[in-house]
Amino acid sequence: MAQYLVLIYEDEAGFETSGQEVGEQVMAAHTAFGDRNQAAIRGGNALQSVSTATSIRQDSNGNMSVTDGPFAETKEALGGYYIIEAADLDEALEIAKQVPARFGGVEVRPIRVFD
Amino acid sequence: MGGPPAEAVAAAVADAHRHEWGYVLAATVRVTRDIDLAEECVQDAYAKALTRWRSEGLPTRPAAWLTTVARHRALDELRRRSTLERRLPLLVDDDLAPGGGGDRGPGQPDEPGDDRLRLVFTCCHPALAPEAQVALTLRLLCGLTTGEVARAFLVSEPTMAARITRAKKKIAAARIPYRVPAPSELPARIDAVLTVVHLLFTTGHTAPRGPGLVRNDLVERALDLARMLRPLLPDDADVAGLLALILITDSRRATRVGADGRLLLLHEQDRRRWDGAAIAEGLGLVGEALQRRPPGRFALQAAIAAVHAEAPTWEATDWPRIVGLYDQLCATWPSPVVALNRAVAVGMADGPLAGLVELDLLVGEPQLRGYSYLPAARADFLRRLGRLTEAHAAYEEALALTGNEVEREYLAGRLDEIGR
Repeated sequence: MAQYLVLIYEDEAGFETSGQEVGEQVMAAHTAFGDRNQAAIRGGNALQSVSTATSIRQDSNGNMSVTDGPFAETKEALGGYYIIEAADLDEALEIAKQVPARFGGVEVRPIRVFD
Repeated sequence: MGGPPAEAVAAAVADAHRHEWGYVLAATVRVTRDIDLAEECVQDAYAKALTRWRSEGLPTRPAAWLTTVARHRALDELRRRSTLERRLPLLVDDDLAPGGGGDRGPGQPDEPGDDRLRLVFTCCHPALAPEAQVALTLRLLCGLTTGEVARAFLVSEPTMAARITRAKKKIAAARIPYRVPAPSELPARIDAVLTVVHLLFTTGHTAPRGPGLVRNDLVERALDLARMLRPLLPDDADVAGLLALILITDSRRATRVGADGRLLLLHEQDRRRWDGAAIAEGLGLVGEALQRRPPGRFALQAAIAAVHAEAPTWEATDWPRIVGLYDQLCATWPSPVVALNRAVAVGMADGPLAGLVELDLLVGEPQLRGYSYLPAARADFLRRLGRLTEAHAAYEEALALTGNEVEREYLAGRLDEIGR
């Protein structure tokens, strides 16, 4: 078995412009996903909006520069994640396809294991 | 030495390399579950064959001999290597994964099951980039070296080596399984495999760049792969359709370029020199492939090629039947390129004006921007309608868009004909 990080990227504007009803539907979809895949899910969280992000980089002088905003500006922002366990990529993709992401999509990344 | 002569051994090893590499490698990967180690062991088995077949005589079943030798070497290596040395995790197969239901061969080293399907599904996994899928298939199933794969796609060897290494690393790190997919996924996954084989064929059939019209090496590899898949997936109509398409299209190979190197279109080709055996084999497969409702895209394309193959002359071609087949193809596989080919057939069935009307509907189609066949087809219909100024401009446009020397000469010849 291996673990995979499923990153949920969505257009935040999609949520902002739709009403409370959509928000409730999405919550219900995540609850249903969680119930259905209980055996595989090892963790997961929703994140606050990307407008709350703070990035830290080392500048050329070796100083830590702290700036407002995400590491990379993209139309679809990281909005949440799951950690799942699966036998192989095909099984992981089967689960990841069920992750609710109506305003974007998900990225599946194998978690690296150090011996 | 009482064994066979060196030339006979070398020829037998070369033949086994050409036809059995994928079989031997797939069976060895099953033991190592590590593609790089399996490749080393298979390479070594072929090297041993050169000397041992000389002294021991040619084996009755070369693939089984090579597999046994490669697997023995693999088992030795696995015993020698400690698992701590491993940089990458092992491939996942049915033995570890729950729910995998592939039929496994007996498993003894002397009786390996045929694992080539697993290998082809791993190489053509949708999680790999399309160019990596093609490269891995050529390397692992066809036994091409990295240098040969690089030359096939006109990229440098280091670029191709990096592409292959990256793909192998992803297979191991992301755990792309070494397994025939579950029945529910199978149609989509077979389609991905056939797409790779078809891409290989079309790249070879009309090389996008370079001096020659046809890259025989790529066409023959595509044919080898389609022939390999046929008995492995005997009930799949799309596999039959693709094999038929390749056979019938390639049956014209000897007649597509004239003695002077000029491109010869279907109506200029000497049909007596088409490969009758390939056509006969292809026609049998088309019949089978068309039985499925609705027929797949390869079956329909093969059926179109079959109508041409059966026509005694260009004039006697059953154009209404070709338009009908293109109509079906547009319904199952709508694409601007298919629509373009359909428009040309309409022009042949109903006259150049009808064809031109259909073609003009496609001008401005974003996917056809930069595609030389659209202005080339318009130019031919315009010329036949006597609208030479417009034809001139369209030939110029087509000429500016094609990089294949043989096609460029054809277009330049047409331009000369109507007067620059």
